[in-house]
Amino acid sequence: MASILAVDDSASMRQMVSFTLKGAGYDVVEAVDGSDALNKAKARKFDCVVTDVNMPNKDGITLIRDLRALPNYKFVPLLLLTTESGMDKKQQGKEAGATGWIVKPFNPDQLLKTISKVLG
Amino acid sequence: MSIDMAQFHQVFFEESFEGLDIMESGLLNLSPGEPDSEAINSIFRAAHSIKGGSGTFGFTEISDFTHVMETLMDEMRDGRRQITQAAVNLLLGSVDCLREMLFAVKEGQAIDAERVAEHKHALDLEQQKSGSSQQDKSLSAHEPLSNQAHQSDSKVIGWHIAFSPHTDLLKTGNDPVRMFRELSVLGELEVTADFRGVPDFYQLDPEECHLSWNLVLKGDIDRAPIDEAFAWVEDDCDLAIQPLYQADDLSLLVPGAENQVSANRAQHPAAEHVVQAGVSKPAEISTPVVIKEKAPGDEAKNKGSTSIRVDTSKIDTLINMVGELVITQSMLSLIGEHFDMSKQDQLKNGLAQLERHTRELQESVMNIRMMPINSVFSRFSRLVHDLSNKLGKKIDLKLIGEHTEVDKTVVELISDPLVHLVRNSLDHGIEMPDERVAVGKPETGTVTLEAYHRGGNIVIEVSDDGKGLDKDRLRAKAIEKGLLDEDAILTDKQTFELIFMPGFSTAEQLTDISGRGVGMDVVRRNIQALGGNIEIISELGKGSTISIHLPLTLAILDGQSIAVGDETYIVPLGSIIESLHIKEERINRVADKGETFLLRSEYLPIIRMHEIFKVPNVKTTKLSEGLLVVVEGQGVRCGLFVDDLLGQQQVVIKSLEANYRRIEGVSGATILGDGSVALILDIPGLVRLANQ
Amino acid sequence: MSQVAENNEIERAEKKRLASSSQFLSFTLGNEEYGVDILSVQEIRSWEPVSRIPNVPSYEKGVVNLRGAIVPIIDLRERFHLGHGHYSALTVVMVLQAMIGNKTRVMGVVVDAVSNVIDVDKKSVQSAPNFGSKVSTEYINGLITVNGRMVMLLDVNKLLKLDGVDDDEN
Repeated sequence: MASILAVDDSASMRQMVSFTLKGAGYDVVEAVDGSDALNKAKARKFDCVVTDVNMPNKDGITLIRDLRALPNYKFVPLLLLTTESGMDKKQQGKEAGATGWIVKPFNPDQLLKTISKVLG
Repeated sequence: MSIDMAQFHQVFFEESFEGLDIMESGLLNLSPGEPDSEAINSIFRAAHSIKGGSGTFGFTEISDFTHVMETLMDEMRDGRRQITQAAVNLLLGSVDCLREMLFAVKEGQAIDAERVAEHKHALDLEQQKSGSSQQDKSLSAHEPLSNQAHQSDSKVIGWHIAFSPHTDLLKTGNDPVRMFRELSVLGELEVTADFRGVPDFYQLDPEECHLSWNLVLKGDIDRAPIDEAFAWVEDDCDLAIQPLYQADDLSLLVPGAENQVSANRAQHPAAEHVVQAGVSKPAEISTPVVIKEKAPGDEAKNKGSTSIRVDTSKIDTLINMVGELVITQSMLSLIGEHFDMSKQDQLKNGLAQLERHTRELQESVMNIRMMPINSVFSRFSRLVHDLSNKLGKKIDLKLIGEHTEVDKTVVELISDPLVHLVRNSLDHGIEMPDERVAVGKPETGTVTLEAYHRGGNIVIEVSDDGKGLDKDRLRAKAIEKGLLDEDAILTDKQTFELIFMPGFSTAEQLTDISGRGVGMDVVRRNIQALGGNIEIISELGKGSTISIHLPLTLAILDGQSIAVGDETYIVPLGSIIESLHIKEERINRVADKGETFLLRSEYLPIIRMHEIFKVPNVKTTKLSEGLLVVVEGQGVRCGLFVDDLLGQQQVVIKSLEANYRRIEGVSGATILGDGSVALILDIPGLVRLANQ
Repeated sequence: MSQVAENNEIERAEKKRLASSSQFLSFTLGNEEYGVDILSVQEIRSWEPVSRIPNVPSYEKGVVNLRGAIVPIIDLRERFHLGHGHYSALTVVMVLQAMIGNKTRVMGVVVDAVSNVIDVDKKSVQSAPNFGSKVSTEYINGLITVNGRMVMLLDVNKLLKLDGVDDDEN
């Protein structure tokens, strides 16, 4: 099954994302902020990365820019979890190389639908 | 798939309360007019997380409320809004309100809608003050989708989509084939690829996309899901989506019908190409262990929780230790398998290693319970901020050594006594600004909270540069209350100690700041119950310092074993200053005052362990033949006369009182390596016992 | 039918008996025999050296490590002023537990020997007169005669109270 790196500094959101995806059979690894995520992403290759935007120690946008610069992550779907009010974040995210976004608040079904869209 | 979201609520509440603490301390540290971007960022982030979580977990009132706060802070962050003291105070109030809302939701109670509306209104007013563009911006962001969606009428039988990705579309991780697959779910999809843009093979960069597509999607389909399928690539392609009407000739729109390939079969060259570029290979590594990590910047919480957050580095250390232990164990069993005397040295080394690793393991396990005192200290910024406003005083709070680590239990239990002491300092210690100026002090008073380790203890000091304690008044008060004889002679220290007597209060009037009912006697009792003690020094006109000494941990102790007769006792290593043999001529015997000995021009009382504990079978009762262990407890030094020093070891403290009783001079017991019980000496208690 | 009725009859009698009786463990101290409610007996161990506790009554012999808990050992002979016993590996320690206040307290008591489990019908228990025994009647719940011998039934909750510790309770 496809592997997913779930990045969020909020434990509850992270657990929710992780639990939902694991329940759907994905292999999920959690990271608590951007730099943790980058380290984990370097250690193994994930099929998809889902990240929050506002985080300490490297925000989501920078994380995506850094990931895209890695040879292993050139074409990997990188998704941003962003709030409605963060339209400019979407734009910044796209410029950094994000594949797309999931708008908060979202429910588990919406998350799974979006993930299955990029992981097929 | 249905997921019970309630299972995440507990974590959400925990982190939200932590987030509120971060917001609070961040706000308190903001100086009006000086935007500190990192500070504002962390406040913003905390608000943002609460908003995101509450929205996701269905607490809409909270997310709505937080949204307004977030917007204000976002503007402060961007420099669009001035940071004024009024705004900070407003946000602080909102933090309180939010905390109440969270608490209500957590406890399943109703949210106080009136209070929330009040705060929200205040926030809205604040927001309108300086023209904000945020609101319009978020509105306009929704427009493109809704506007475009309504241009067709009921005759629409499908859509024609001309899709020409820019060459770097693939580099965003988007895959046209997946988008086509998404569309194919909506209706009958015909895909025609246009190869005309593909360059010569030798010029072809396989990471770029040079294909474009014509799509015909047939069926009674809304525009919105189609837009959604392309939403992520809007800016990375040229896209034309047009409705098809009954009369349209489809063939006109689909040139080169021989190139038609069904997207579902995924045999399209582009699909091949994308997969090869390495998107979705199965992972080669098995699931790694997911370790929850303490998010940096989080304050460990202290609200009577039974769980504990542990830094991953501590767990890593623990794992390493266990690894070492396992290696040592297998080495020892190897030696044991074919043991002969030639392997004696190996055995000894192995055992020494085992001992070291066991001790290290024990230390690291205990270390897990250690958390920085900061979690207690941090709450005082708010307390001082609020109280100094209320009292009309100007007070700075200085925190020193807030990273000093103490046992979790100590952290939990020290909080209330400290609040009491700090309130006292604010209320009775620091003077009003004009009074301060009149005596030549700076207008702003300083209250300092300091923590540091000394020996086996943690020392926490609350000091202020206020008016200090008036010895004469203390004395008069004690006499007036009948707590002291009129002709009693007291040292300064004893005079200050009067404030710890039950029923003593120097405040002319009880204020709601220092609280009523709870006096310093209760504070002292609580500290003593933790195995600690409390001292006060003060100078009239200069200020006071109250020091609390507490054991670092309530469960373990570095001990020195001593022998008295056939018995073994443990002396806390932290209280030992030195051990020495003494010569007869240094001993001084005073009738009725016991024995003292001269140590570096100081006469120290001698406590004969065999006498006060009535130990039989002692090796010697001659002071010059035994050993004197110089110890210090609660500021009193004395020499313990014992037979011998044995080893040093860490001991686990067990309660004597659980099944038995409190013994004067003994703080607890421990179990030695041979399974027998040894008593742990309580030095201040011994001194008291000896003085009886 | 009659068989069933008879069984019911027996069962009922048994229940009645259980409700009105309980089992005691009897032990000896010198020439006297005592009993404690068997439900309060946690285990029976042989004597092992204790760690002496300073400045306590001499019948509080000291403490031992009982699976990680510190448990005091009380010499009942001394507590009841029956003279000193001699401790050997054959000396018996009964580990008793009782509720003191709202806490469970575990204590070991040294006795000469454990003799019997006796069924005690509550109706046959006589109240304790202030007779010749050296045992203060405050610990004694009652007396019972077993095979012509008198057994003093002790109240474990009172027995495990310590001088100077639990005086203010109750």
